[in-house]
Order: sequence, then C-alpha cells, then structure tokens
Amino acid sequence: MNHVMPTGNPAEGFGLLSVLIFAPLAAAAVAACLRGDTALRWWTLISTTAIGVVSVGLWTGYEPARAGFQMVERMPWVRSLGIEYRLGVDGISVLLILLTTGLAPLCVLASWKYIGVRVKEFMLCLLVMETAMVGVFCALDFVLFFVFWEAMLIPMSLMIGVWGGPRRVYAALKFFVYTMAGSALMLAAIIALRLKAGTFGIPEMMGRDLPAEFQCWVFGAFLLSFAIKVPMVPFHTWLPAAHVEAPTAGSVLLAGVLLKMGTYGFLRFSLPITPYAARLFAPWLMGVSVVAILYGGMAALAQTDMKKLVAYSSVSHMGFATLGIFSLTKDGIEGATLVMINHGVTTGALFLVVGMLYERLHSRELDRAAGLGRVMPWMAGFLGVFCLSSMAFPGTNSFVGEFLVMAGGFAISPILMVFAVPGVVAAAAYNLRMLQRVAYGGTANPDHSGIPDLGAREILILLPLLVLVIGIGLHPAPLVTLMHTSVEQLLGQVRLGTAVTLVP
Amino acid sequence: MTTLFAFFPELVLVLGGLGLFTLSLGKGNDRAGWWVALGTALAAWLAGWATLEVRETLFDGAYRIDGFSQVLKLILIGVLIVLVLVGGDLKDVREDIRGEYRFLLVMSAVGFVLVTSCMDVLALVVSLELGSFPLYLAVATRRERVDQRSQMESAIKYVMFGVAANAIMLFGLGYLYGLTGTTSLPVMAERLRPIAGTPMALAGIGMALVGLFYKLAVLPFQFWTPDVYEGASHETTGVIASLPKVGAVVVIIRWLALASPDGRSIPWLLGVLAAGSMLYGNLIAMAQRDFKRMLGFSGIAHAGYAMLGFVALDQAGSAASVFYITSYALMVLACFTVISLVSDDGLNVPITGLAGLHRRSPLLAATLLVGVFGLAGVPPFAGFMGKLALFTAAFERGHGWLVVIAVINAAIAVYYYLGVIREAFLGDAVVVTPIRLNFETRVLCVGLIGAIVLLGVMPGRLLDALAAVMSASGMTAFGPVAAS
Repeated sequence: MNHVMPTGNPAEGFGLLSVLIFAPLAAAAVAACLRGDTALRWWTLISTTAIGVVSVGLWTGYEPARAGFQMVERMPWVRSLGIEYRLGVDGISVLLILLTTGLAPLCVLASWKYIGVRVKEFMLCLLVMETAMVGVFCALDFVLFFVFWEAMLIPMSLMIGVWGGPRRVYAALKFFVYTMAGSALMLAAIIALRLKAGTFGIPEMMGRDLPAEFQCWVFGAFLLSFAIKVPMVPFHTWLPAAHVEAPTAGSVLLAGVLLKMGTYGFLRFSLPITPYAARLFAPWLMGVSVVAILYGGMAALAQTDMKKLVAYSSVSHMGFATLGIFSLTKDGIEGATLVMINHGVTTGALFLVVGMLYERLHSRELDRAAGLGRVMPWMAGFLGVFCLSSMAFPGTNSFVGEFLVMAGGFAISPILMVFAVPGVVAAAAYNLRMLQRVAYGGTANPDHSGIPDLGAREILILLPLLVLVIGIGLHPAPLVTLMHTSVEQLLGQVRLGTAVTLVP
Repeated sequence: MTTLFAFFPELVLVLGGLGLFTLSLGKGNDRAGWWVALGTALAAWLAGWATLEVRETLFDGAYRIDGFSQVLKLILIGVLIVLVLVGGDLKDVREDIRGEYRFLLVMSAVGFVLVTSCMDVLALVVSLELGSFPLYLAVATRRERVDQRSQMESAIKYVMFGVAANAIMLFGLGYLYGLTGTTSLPVMAERLRPIAGTPMALAGIGMALVGLFYKLAVLPFQFWTPDVYEGASHETTGVIASLPKVGAVVVIIRWLALASPDGRSIPWLLGVLAAGSMLYGNLIAMAQRDFKRMLGFSGIAHAGYAMLGFVALDQAGSAASVFYITSYALMVLACFTVISLVSDDGLNVPITGLAGLHRRSPLLAATLLVGVFGLAGVPPFAGFMGKLALFTAAFERGHGWLVVIAVINAAIAVYYYLGVIREAFLGDAVVVTPIRLNFETRVLCVGLIGAIVLLGVMPGRLLDALAAVMSASGMTAFGPVAAS
C-alpha cells in the first residue's frame, strides 16, 4: 500500500525537523513550571533564540540542487487509519520555517513590557504556536498537517482574546470560526484524496492523474480553506479585526507566518495534487488577486488607525503572492515565495513599530502620532526604511518579489497587469502618507514632549529585520537558489497529467 | 473455576452493588458508600484487565467472553470510575438517599457491562433493562426545593419514552424471533441471511434499533434529552450522557450484524437519521443558555456523528463508532465535572455562569477547554481522531455526501462551543471566588485531560485493539472488511 516514491533521503527516526517541532513544546513544559514573570520572559527568549540558532542547520543542511523532499523522517503513527508521522522539507518550506523561528524571539522581545498580565500563559501560547507553525511547514502526511493547522487555532485565538484590545472577544471568535469553517471541507477533501491515493502521504498524492471533476471538487475545498487563511478578497474580513485587536506579538505571527500558510497550501497541495483544476481556475484566481491588490491598497489608504492600515496593506501584499502563484510561471512562483518571506519581514516590522508607538501613546490613530519623528529619530529612521520596503522601493526586499511576480504575470496576461499597477501606486501612497504623518507631521502636531525614543531592546528587535530588508533587497540570490529546484519540480507537477491548453 | 474467573469483573461489580445496598440500609454511611463504590469500580477495572485475555462461552452460549466484550468492559468500568469520582459529594441528591444513589449507579454499570457479552436476545434485553432502570430512578433523586421540581417531570419523561422505545424494540425482536425461531444472536444472524432483504426482516431490525436510538438520543427519539439533562442532577446527567450511550453502541453493533451487508435500506435509514440528528442537535444547541441543556442538544448531534460508523456497516466503521463514543464519554464527563464543581449548591449552570473560570480555578478551566474543544473536534484532542476515523469509514463505503454534511455540522458546532470558551476564558468575571478542589477532583481533572489528549495523539492503541478484537471475535458478519 505504501509504495515509497523517491522523496530524497529516506532517513527514519528523529532528526532536525522533529527537534524544531518539539523543542518549543519542551520549552513550554519547562516554562509551565517556572515562577516569576522575569524568569519566564528570559527563559522563553533564550529557548526561542536557541531554536532559531538550531534552525540555521536547515539552511546549511539543505541541498538546494536536489529535487524532492529532504531531511525526511518517517514513522507509523496510527496504523489502523494509515496515518504516519512524516516530515520533510523542500526549498520553499525551509525558507518559511526559518522565517518562523526567526520571528519567534522577536515576538518575545516585543511582548517584554507589552504583556503585563498572565505572562506565563502568554509565553505558553507563543511556544505552542511555534510548534504548530513549524509543524505545518514540515508535515508530509495530510492528517499530521491538518492536526498542526488546527492546533494553531487555540493558542492564536487565546492570544487575541485574552491579551487583545477592546473588541478582542469579537475578533478572536471571528478568527476561530472563519478558519474552522474553512478547514471543515478541507478535512472532507483529505479523506476523499486518501481513498483515491490509498494513503495520507502528501508526496504520494502529488502528480497523480486524478479525474478532472474530482480534482475540481478537491481544489474547491482547499481553495476555501486557503483563501480564508491568505486571506483573499472577499474572505478577508476577519483579518483587520484580528490584527487590530491582537497584541503586537500576535499581529507579527499572524502577518508573518499564519497568512503564509494559505499561500503555502496553494503551493504544496493545490498546484501539485490538483494540477488540472489549478490550471482551470488560475486565470480567475489571478483576477481575484488583482482585485485584492487594488482593494487592499484602497482600503489601506482610507485608514486612520495605523494597525488597520498595515492590516489592509497585508491583503494587498498577499494579493501579489497569490497572483504570482496562479500565474503558474517560474518567475511568478519564485516571486510569490519571495513576497511571502518579504511580507513576513516587512509587515512584521511595521506591526512592531506600530506596537512600540502604541505602548507610548496608547493610541494607534495617525493624528495622535503626527510629528513623532521629531522626538523619536531612531523610530523615524526605521519606519522610513520599512515603509519604503512595504511600497516595494527598488533596493528593498519587496521590490525583488513583486517585480518577479509582475514579470510572471505579464507573461500570462499583460492586460491584467495593467490593472494591478494602480495597486502599486496606492501602496506608495498609503505608506508615504503614514511615514509623512508619523515622521514629520503637520503644522499642529500634538504635544509629544517626554516621549522617549526607542530603547536598546526595541532597536535590537528592529535591527535584524532592517538587515533583512536591505540584505534581501540587494542580494536575493541565496533565497532564489534555495528554492529554485523545488519550484522547477513544482512546475513540472503542474504541467503533468491531462493535456489542457493554458488559458491565455 | 475458570468459568467463574471469566465472570470475574461482573462478579466484583455485583458484590460491590450488594455491599452498597447493605450500606444504604443504615444511616450516615455516605462517605463509606463512596469509598465502597470507588473500591468496587477500581477492583472491577483490575479484574477487567486480569480477564482481558480470557475467552469463554457461558450459559449455553448466551454469554460470550471474547476480546470485544472484554475491551468494552474496560471502557465501561473506566467510565464508571470517572462517574464515581464526579459524584464525590452529590450536592444535589438528598442526603439520606445518597447510598441508594450509588447502589443504582453501580447496578446500572453492571447492566451495561453484562450487555457487552450477551449473545442471546433475551439476556441482552434483560441486561439492557438492568442498565436502564436504575437511571430512571436516579433522575428523580434530585433534591426538591423552591423552583426546582422539574426532576419529577424529567423522570416521568425519561421512563415513558424509555418504556415506549423498549416496547417497539421488543416488538421488532418479536418479528425477528418469528422469522428465525431462535433467540440466539449468531443463529439468528445465520438464519436471517437468506431473507435479510425482505420487508419483514428489515422492519424487525429497524424496530429493534429503536430502543437503542432512544438511549443514544438519535432523532427522532431524542425528545427526552434536553429536559432530562436539565432536570436531573449534574452527576445523573453525566451518567445518562455516558454509560447508556456506550452500551447502546455495543448493542447496535450486535443488531447490525443481523443486517445484510450489501442491503441499501438500513444504511439509507441510518444515514438519514444521522444527518437529521446532527443538524437538529447542532442548530438548536446554538440557541441554548443552560450549559447542561446545550450539552443535551450537542449530545444529539454527537449521536449523529457516531451513527456514521454504523452507516458504513463494516468493521472499521464499528471500531470508529466505539472509539468515538468512548472519547465522547470522556469529553462530556470533563464538562460535567466542571459543571458540578462550578455549580452553586447543585443548581443548574447557565453558560454565562462560567464567566471568569480561568481565574476561579485554572485547572477546571483547562479541563473545560480540553473537553469542549475535544467535542468541537479540534486536534490534538480525542474528538478529532474519532471524527477522522468515522468520516474515513463512511467515505470508504461511498457515503461522501454524509461526510460533507458531517463536516459542515462540525463547523456549525464550533460556534456554540466557542461561546462556552468565551465565557470561561475571555469573559469578565462576575464571581471571582476561587473554587477549591480536593485531591480526588484534581486527580480526576488531570486524568481526564490526559486521557483526552492521549486518545487524540495516540489513538492507534485503542483503534488497533478494537479492530483486532473485532476480527478475532468473528464480528465480520458485515461482509467484506474494507481494506485500510
């Protein structure tokens, strides 16, 4: 039954991936026994940093030139249902895991003072989240994937619901219900796929020539789940609510990692498992993506709440990611993966800055923050770079990704790309508007005397992100090399099967 | 001697029951009664482990000790242990009848434990009634006070519906006896095989199922559920929500072995009832304010999920149903543990009454979180794996539409389960007095959390064991076992 396909190194037993998945859980177990908030903060910081350092082993251990999944771990889990504990990574997931483990210590630092009550529970949520997030990107068994995917819901909604803003309960429940409703049909699709493929193994499901109608149903079920997670317009309404109410660390994880799970889902499941349906629906989804780019941009332009502004800009950025994915071209998919990473870095950084402002002003209104640059030069400097990155200024990280996406999209439909251009303009407008207000302000700025500039801890949080923004912007080659083979393989799988002309 | 040993867990339970009866004759033996009940349950559990490998046929083939019955006995006695622990102080039962209450509880468990081994229709019906009758009484044992007399109405409802459902079941069994001329289940199954598709046989099997649908609270035999849940004391509701349901699943598996595996009528009937129960239970549960009543409606929905395994009419489906109902019993008992401890002087708990529970008692809040999210089917808790096993079994036999209805229902259910979590974790506390937990309650909470997580993370042990004992017990009368 379990015919093994060539999936790279057939190593068994525990390896680096299991360590990365279970280390946060172990750290959480230790944290549960600790007393004292300061000790808890330090312990979580040290453990997440250590996990981040260990995860560099993924980068060095991964062989970019080899196709297929690497660092595979495989053990039976539930025999009677044919579920396996099976892990493995390719170039795309390595990048996303590194993003996750990299952001986690920053989230701890960002919550250092922000979270004042029930520190222990918060840190437990954070660590459990890390386990689930890394697990999602590693899982090669569908049930295992689903378990991690859903297990994330509880800590994330608690994070929003307990430590969030005034409308936290509403936002937390909306987030939970939306995501759960989306994934319900995915479960049915997973079971249906298992009956066709005879196993829950993800690699075995790829590249099968499944019946066209069946593919469409499965694709639809996945689409609903992933579109909610990305989120694609019109399933985006949970996002601004969740982002605005979540504590800073929650927003960073939400924007940085959780949204990527939707686009990761498209890349890992929708394209290779249901290639026919993906090709069939790709033009429509490209259209929806352009709508998201425009809508997100316009909505961001209308916001006065900084967090909402960044949240809507996420909708727009993720529109670029889905646009690239469904262009089904090499440039598009590589660009989309870069957009995913860059969005994690840039939007994460913007949420961090907004969080720091909120800690000082207890407000996220643009008007209240007007002219803060005068008393907070460091902050203004950081915000400047991150805003430029968010509008995809050449030389910053986002430029590379969005450029590749546009290039990929252009190869498919130049007309559609013309429609996407206003979205780019809107991005410049809302970012520069925020930068102008916060850094320079107008003639009648509120009184900011006595507000301190960024402290050492805060600079320490933002500095790595700044380095990434510039670094990826000037030298994206290592990232592209890392995922190149995986993307080629993915494209091969999409083109497999029933011969259907690519819709122009 | 070996025959006596094979019967060991049952003997221990009966002896314990007799001991409790003797105790109940005196006064002021409340605490002693609890210890005896706990000791009986624990001893029976150990006896269950000791007789796990015993295979024996007793009483001229009417009573068969096989792997399936022994595993189920362990499950049932495990549930009994939890129930004894939940009913530690029985706040809302009159003090002078607490001894009787514990006697009733143990006797009910005896009935359902006997059911697992019965291979004769008469013995089975008698055992089933032995399990049910003490519960009819237990509903009425709730204390009377101002504004609280609904327990009598509940008890009457429970008895009337129960007796009516039993009558229909007996009527159906009468048909089956008339067709086959035997009361022995294996012989009956054999003689029914050539005529399984006839209307007479279908009517017989269908009616025989009614009595069990009533215990499982499947539409349209669910009417008693919300009222009995609301009217009975918390501990009693916990019993009603767990023991009879596990027992009913066992008997349904026995009955369905009579049905022809490739017939369409029985799966169709079960499928419609399952879909109806899920929709009805979930939609009405959304509107509930009383936590127990909500659990009652959600119980109807869960009965619907459990039916998915029967729709498959194969071994994988039956194993999944048993697994699911076992995890359901644990999860719902986690909720009832919380209810009986949160409840003020035994009064019913509105959902809003859970507000601020995480501050009043973090352990109880965690128990509630695990129980409720388990019921909602969120991994990594037992409910998810149970649903996965059920859905896979049903899908494998071509009931894709039913699975789609079930997953949509699971999504609907999340809404009202979240309402509970919202109160317990996110709501602002009205009462912030801490809830003190004694040692055995803490053990109970940790044990329930551990069991629900373990069944969710490592369901293989139980599922594989069930599959193994079911094929070893020759419960493959369902026809071809689906490849898995």
